[in-house]
Amino acid sequence: MSHALSGYLRADGRKGIRNVVAVAYLVECAHHVARAIVTRSDDTEVHLIGFPGCYPNAYALKVMQAITTHPNVGGVLLVSLGCESFNREQLRATIEASGRPVETLVIQENGGTASTIAKGLEAVARLRTVAGQTPRAPMAISELVIGTICGGSDGTSGITANPAVGRVFDRLGAAGAACVFEETGELVGCETIMASRAITPELGLELERSVQKAEAYYTVMGYGSFAPGNAEGGLTTQEEKSMGAYSKSGSAPIVGILKPGDLPPSGGLYLLDVVPDGEVRFGFPNISDNAEIVELIACGAHITLFTTGRGSVVGSAISPVIKICANPETYRKLSGDMDVDAGRIMEGRGTLDEVGAEIHDLVLAVAGGQRTVSEALGHQEFILTYKAFDPIGPACLPLRRAS
Amino acid sequence: MSAILLHPDDNVLVLSAPVHAGQAVTIDGQAVTVISDVAVGHKLARHALAVGDKVLKYGAPIGSITAPVAAGGHVHLHNMRSDYIASHTRQATGAKGS
Repeated sequence: MSHALSGYLRADGRKGIRNVVAVAYLVECAHHVARAIVTRSDDTEVHLIGFPGCYPNAYALKVMQAITTHPNVGGVLLVSLGCESFNREQLRATIEASGRPVETLVIQENGGTASTIAKGLEAVARLRTVAGQTPRAPMAISELVIGTICGGSDGTSGITANPAVGRVFDRLGAAGAACVFEETGELVGCETIMASRAITPELGLELERSVQKAEAYYTVMGYGSFAPGNAEGGLTTQEEKSMGAYSKSGSAPIVGILKPGDLPPSGGLYLLDVVPDGEVRFGFPNISDNAEIVELIACGAHITLFTTGRGSVVGSAISPVIKICANPETYRKLSGDMDVDAGRIMEGRGTLDEVGAEIHDLVLAVAGGQRTVSEALGHQEFILTYKAFDPIGPACLPLRRAS
Repeated sequence: MSAILLHPDDNVLVLSAPVHAGQAVTIDGQAVTVISDVAVGHKLARHALAVGDKVLKYGAPIGSITAPVAAGGHVHLHNMRSDYIASHTRQATGAKGS
């Protein structure tokens, strides 16, 4: 391949396309201190992440472990109030075992707010120095993990941006990259079609079950994964939105199901099951788009392809977000927030293949260090809430089982 | 009129440019007058639809008709519903007090 990527080589052999120092608050009570450290660091490579809850949650710990050992992360500062439940010792041990530098500041043991912020700034400087010594190594497309999400969908999303991303997924997946699509609640109505693409009948059954779980969960919650703006943009029903969202997955066979924090064991196309298992607890599966992006990153996503019709402006901490605008009228209003004008397909100024090729080339450029629009604007959203999952079943990863 | 037929089996078209009330359009060779303003991304009936008909888009059912629709009529929340989970609007959300 002529695309010579160069990644940050981590001790576990994975490679990153960014070299971020993550400052993580471990309860809302430590959020201000962590944020002040990030803000005063005034460094685009220092990102704020965290979990607000004081009660323990295995899912939150798993996601925080996955994010802090993501290949885009070169070092971590943990900021704890001191009395919260979050298992900071285990998180720290996981980060240390990954070969990354990590420091912990407990506010109650460091003289309070002002003193902890001052110590945090010194810690970030140390972590940046160590992270800066990370070796670079050639990186193949097959080492990339790419996620996709749609947000603010409308009647154009399923015609322009989503199928264009589907073409990108087909091409990157064929080159050996792991491609992850998600939001089983936005696949309600597509379960049978989707199941027919599974590489084994058992996986097909699991795919159908994951959507049935989502339908049951959202039915209890009283609302589908459907916002008023979706209807204003011409989408009428959940299953209509689903058919459009589903086209992001392209046409390749589906090789497995992941849950948040699971890493794809090979290249190919995966469904990320984001709806909790068991009885309905803790509220909506993902309270907004960024919660889904965090879960994609927890599955190793180096880049997220975000399609939008109504016009989302978000980015993310840790991994860049490429925003692909489906609606030509939205693009004219929000062009300063968009990386790709897929709405031109609606107006006959481009084809799905052309826009797909543009997104594909942009993925490689961003993997090579080019800033996305949301990165350049400073978007670093991050949200993590309570959830409960059972581990994936043996039928979910047939390739790993076979190897 | 600029509209897209996504699949030959579909009974709705997706607008790629807005249409306006009173506008004369041609659907499958038939002259039709548009009844209301309809925005980009919204659906028009390809032919008359009756209560209980499945709405087909992308060649797949996306819900059922709840009130009769004439050819060229706007197909949306007022005349179709999900076969799975009900959709909601901002107004309905407010009325529910949640």
